[in-house]
Amino acid sequence: MIKVMMCREATRLMSKRLDATLSLGERFSLRFHLGMCRACRHCNAQFDLLHQAGRRFDDEPPADEGDDTSTRR
Amino acid sequence: MAAGTTQDTNARMQRLAAVRPRLVSFARLQLREPALAEDAVQEALATAIEKDDDFAGRSGYETWVFGILKYKILDALRAQRRQGKWQPFDDESDDEAIDRQFQQSGHWQLAARPSDWGDPEATFANEHFWRVFDTCMIALPENIARVFSLRELMGLSTADICKETGLKENNCWVILHRARLRLRACIERGYLSEHGLSEQEK
Repeated sequence: MIKVMMCREATRLMSKRLDATLSLGERFSLRFHLGMCRACRHCNAQFDLLHQAGRRFDDEPPADEGDDTSTRR
Repeated sequence: MAAGTTQDTNARMQRLAAVRPRLVSFARLQLREPALAEDAVQEALATAIEKDDDFAGRSGYETWVFGILKYKILDALRAQRRQGKWQPFDDESDDEAIDRQFQQSGHWQLAARPSDWGDPEATFANEHFWRVFDTCMIALPENIARVFSLRELMGLSTADICKETGLKENNCWVILHRARLRLRACIERGYLSEHGLSEQEK
């Protein structure tokens, strides 16, 4: 019996994908679900963005809020 | 040349001053107590000044300073843990904030369906996004926020998070899943409401 994966379960895999390697079966189910579900594609993009957001802190030049140009290279 | 070195050092001190606000907000997101965050930043700045010679013109001065701050934050977190300040994490408990996003069947609730946040670069360039991001991070329950920060701000692997927190890897995945679902819902409410999609796509 094939149980169709629902959005809630799909989000679990979208999240896990960012922290571990999914099994072949998990990858397949996720890809299949994402192919059918636009809301989950958005969610997947949002999780990716959150993942990148945390890494933004330490690799950007200082914000230019009113600082003078002499502090810049 | 001594003069050149002094000049470089002065330039780096200016950059320290410029990066300080970002160090503070980074530390606050993780330590949550403003005073603790200030202390960690103060210590990191002191170390950066003291070890200025070690830096010796390598690229990425700000990244180097952030690296120092990360160690200070980890120290502070370990001290918090030793002092028994961490609430235990109960992963059996239901998470209402997440239950609200889904129907019984496992489909999204209509009102909670994720929408398109647009181009990531434009989002990252948007100051309002970062304000909402900070607010939503602070709104996370403390023990969820801690694991999320260790993973996404400090960049630790879930295996290392297990060592720092005593959690099982499975618990980590459950917590990170919850953190991401809560954050996305919170950010979507705060970000898109004031900064509509149409406006962003113009």
